[in-house]
Amino acid sequence: MPGEDSLERLRREGRIVIVGASLAGLRAAETLRAEGFGGSLTLIGDEPYEPYDRPPLSKAVLLGKASADHTELPRLRAVDATWRLGVAASGLDMAGRRVRLADGGEVPYDRLLIATGVRARPWPKEAEAQLDGVFVLRTRDDAVKLERRMKIGPRRVFVIGAGFTGSEIASACRDQGIEVTVAERADAPLVGALGGVVGAVAADMQRENGVDLRTGVMVTGLEGDSTGRVRAAHLSDGSVVETDVVVVSLGATRNTEWLAGSGLGAGPRGIACDAGCRAFDFRGIVTDDVYAAGDVARSPNPLFGYQFLSLEHWGNAVAQAEVAAHNMISAGADRRPHMWVPAFWSSQFGVNIKSVGVPSMGDEIMITQGSLAERRFTGVYGYQGRVIAAVSFDNTRWLEFYQRLIETGAPFPPEFETVDRRPEGRQPVPADFPDPSLPTHGPTVTLSGYSPGDRQLVFTPAHP
Amino acid sequence: MRLVVDLNKCQGYAQCAFLAPDVFTMHGEESLVYSPRADEAQREKVARAVAACPVQAITAEGLNTEPLPEVSDAR
Repeated sequence: MPGEDSLERLRREGRIVIVGASLAGLRAAETLRAEGFGGSLTLIGDEPYEPYDRPPLSKAVLLGKASADHTELPRLRAVDATWRLGVAASGLDMAGRRVRLADGGEVPYDRLLIATGVRARPWPKEAEAQLDGVFVLRTRDDAVKLERRMKIGPRRVFVIGAGFTGSEIASACRDQGIEVTVAERADAPLVGALGGVVGAVAADMQRENGVDLRTGVMVTGLEGDSTGRVRAAHLSDGSVVETDVVVVSLGATRNTEWLAGSGLGAGPRGIACDAGCRAFDFRGIVTDDVYAAGDVARSPNPLFGYQFLSLEHWGNAVAQAEVAAHNMISAGADRRPHMWVPAFWSSQFGVNIKSVGVPSMGDEIMITQGSLAERRFTGVYGYQGRVIAAVSFDNTRWLEFYQRLIETGAPFPPEFETVDRRPEGRQPVPADFPDPSLPTHGPTVTLSGYSPGDRQLVFTPAHP
Repeated sequence: MRLVVDLNKCQGYAQCAFLAPDVFTMHGEESLVYSPRADEAQREKVARAVAACPVQAITAEGLNTEPLPEVSDAR
């Protein structure tokens, strides 16, 4: 069959280009080689560094237990690739199968994997964002700068946004004995990702650890002194907080601008792809030579009503990269779907927070084990009578069990007794997620797209 | 040496923190904080930690990865 011949040729001498040289890009490259891809492999990354791990940047690094410029990822195997580091991809010619680079160069491909991830959303007022002492935390360079400033011993750190990153930064500050104020627009930290019931626990935890947590407020402006250094933050309730370091933790923006006009189905919500990681073009027709993986991708998951999930999760980047790489060099019948059950972790104030499934889909939560007040518990989220997610605070060993409940569509509320069930866990309560149409810090799981049941098609331009 | 821990897998058994305390420490009861780059002098201890992890969550270059060529292919 001619199709098989061309696949064999691709595997032997094809050209595969990966845009994005972070976790997903690296693991995809390793998988391609592990599965016998013998052609040329090029990795393009806008940062001048080889692939490094980001989670330590807001945890071990800020706790002084690791250095921001030494989090390079271990290599699972040699990838024998051409690395174009420090140069961003600036455009895609789908018909001509070429990636354009910011330095004017072009890289031709037979198969393309896009793993350009996300970037930190900056403080929207540009002049204020430029003030000395105002930081974001996403990249190695961000972390080096923040680490340096933290070591000088700021009088007070001001964190805008109490999502996971913001909360981890606050935790690291308290660990180092640094005064910290956290301003959050919602009524509690982590509500976008975990809802108000768990958010209230996170709020207590912050306050007990000495965080000056201000909820239900917006930051209206940052004020600099005559030398251009930040000196105070102004809040919507009229209060002013003096500070010398501001960390903007307002979630992330997907790196898809470079694909504008390419014809790919890419926009502010990411790159739409099928369960096999093949990207859609803007007409909704699936391509067979362009793939996407990691934070920038959004793909339908049958376990969650075929919703298109885009996940800013470490484990998702690894799993999706492996599936994408496999499918890029496999024939139709050998291809695999990416059906990962979302899972993430956060470590803050000495508590291990983990979740599986999609909590933000949950209407109700039931504390099936332990107690909220003790901050050691497992909560199960229900959606339309089935278990859709679970969260644990210092109770990680139970999560695998709950993951199986999610995978098997087990009924909610659970019909069985659980170890360490308390009176508070007898009945489900509303999970109390904020109205998704109101802007808040980015939840780690974003639901978008439309189930087959409500066939609406909305065109989202690349530049809103 | 470079290392990474899959913290989705990690269940806080703390074997690594016991066997290689300069690289792995527990922060609270079940949160692991680790240094992604360990001194060569720690290799033996890290190897024991890798082997002892009940959920096999630790990946350390040269211990449980395929050998890399002498000349790194990274820039």
